[in-house]
Amino acid sequence: MNTIASSWPHPKAGASSPWGRRGVRTVALTYLTVMLIIPLAVIFQDGLRAGLGGLWQSILSPIAWHALKLTLWTAAVMAIINTVMGMLTAYVLVRYSFPGKALLNGLVDLPLAIPTLVTGVMLVVLYGPQTALGSWLAREFGWRIIFAPPGIILALLFITFPFVVRAVQPVLQSLDREQEEAAATLGAGPWTIFRRVTLPALWLPLTTGTLLSFARAIGEFGAIVIVAGNIPLRSQTAAVYVLGEVESENRLGASAMSVVMLMLAFGLILVVDWLQRGRQTSRDE
Amino acid sequence: MTAAAHHPPSARSVTRRPGRISLPMDVWRRRLLIAIVVTYVTILVLAPIAALISGALADGIGAVVRALSQPDVLSAFWRTLSIALITVVVHSICGTALAWVLVRHRFPGRWLLNGLIDLPFAVSAVVVGYMLLLLFGRTSLLAPVLQALNLKVAFALPGMILATLFVTLPFMVRELIPVLKEFGVEQEQAAATLGASGWQTFWLVTFPALRWGFIYGLTLTFARALGEFGAVLVIGGGVQGRTETATLYIFRALDERQYVGAYSAALVLGLISLAIVLGSDLLRQKEK
Repeated sequence: MNTIASSWPHPKAGASSPWGRRGVRTVALTYLTVMLIIPLAVIFQDGLRAGLGGLWQSILSPIAWHALKLTLWTAAVMAIINTVMGMLTAYVLVRYSFPGKALLNGLVDLPLAIPTLVTGVMLVVLYGPQTALGSWLAREFGWRIIFAPPGIILALLFITFPFVVRAVQPVLQSLDREQEEAAATLGAGPWTIFRRVTLPALWLPLTTGTLLSFARAIGEFGAIVIVAGNIPLRSQTAAVYVLGEVESENRLGASAMSVVMLMLAFGLILVVDWLQRGRQTSRDE
Repeated sequence: MTAAAHHPPSARSVTRRPGRISLPMDVWRRRLLIAIVVTYVTILVLAPIAALISGALADGIGAVVRALSQPDVLSAFWRTLSIALITVVVHSICGTALAWVLVRHRFPGRWLLNGLIDLPFAVSAVVVGYMLLLLFGRTSLLAPVLQALNLKVAFALPGMILATLFVTLPFMVRELIPVLKEFGVEQEQAAATLGASGWQTFWLVTFPALRWGFIYGLTLTFARALGEFGAVLVIGGGVQGRTETATLYIFRALDERQYVGAYSAALVLGLISLAIVLGSDLLRQKEK
């Protein structure tokens, strides 16, 4: 490419740029429109064909409503556990040094590199009803993991583990420790210092990390369809419900649930974007 | 996303704070917290990985090789690989253009586009496949056009490529945006002042500065494309030998209780993605 470019006659500085600019912008915006905006418009149009009332009615049908509720509560449980454990993991990684710390730090990113379907297979191999651990848990404690909500929560925790850790870690690292030390000098205990000094400085990355993991969890499919199967009114989540409706050619059901999931995802992303922008401007000042 | 992935162990966290004696209580709290985190990661991340490895190797390595060398498995992996390669090529051109426009150009609605870019991170893969099915399926608006042109998009490779493109859209763009912002325009302006054309400036000045972000974006896109499942299932249908990718094969094999095949394919797919992401992480560290 650059041999062609360098054989061109040299124009005056910037002379070709308005056309180049316009060309690049056209390519980029056309691509975005074709790839994102048109498909989104089509699904909204389809979901709202029967009006908002029709959409609601379809969502409130027992199977759809159960799938949506299951998706939301498992995602919420995951978000709570992930926030606490992600915070703790980031704290340990930043504040302490111990053998194997680099390995632990590397392991945090592992879930990002593994396809979620493979995550689902892993959990089935570990906790499935035929496996040693799975049958032992069922026999001794009556716990069912696979084809049940605990499996869904475990899969979501695996997939979203990096979200909170990687949001909190850099902020914790750049945190000035003088305030904590001042609090310690004034006689505050470690838990008070954490709660009153450290935690308030971390609320933004904690919130964005949690919201992003929640948004990610609502749409998750690959891991969940393996771990939870497709049992309506029992372990069927919203994404799996959409698949079922597509396969049985119930277009309104599939479109209505898709619109609800899209609205949730887009709403959460806009909130995260807005929170992060607030931080950036306050830092620039 | 993994920009913050690797910190050099900071001196601050190693040195003891001055003026504080570490009491036995502190030591125990420290040990307890580390133990909790290590246990959590072991149960959550390591145990499932170990289970998959032992599950795949339960009947010996020979069974794995036999399961994976079946023609339909090989063709599924091959299909996955070609979809991922096409995705990477398209995104290295269009993704770069998109990042460029979002950083350097000012136009109304830019903030909205900025939000839209992240949407594929959160949209369910099934919904992505379904959107494309609505667009290109039998009963869609475009169906007569596609029929007239004799193009098959749904339940064929083009639809699966589109689905993978949608799902991987943010990776390249999000890697390049911060690098482009940081690089600024001074060097480009200097090049332009010296008489370089737009293309020359891009290839000789801007691109070398973007190189690592670009490579990292490429590898993330590739790894994500290899593992895509929900979207290609809905738009491709998973027809054995025609639209079956590696992930779709794993799904079918589990359904048909061919456990060795499913587990081995899952292990291989996981290892390939892992190797790609780890490899680019190492490259990046070396560069720094």
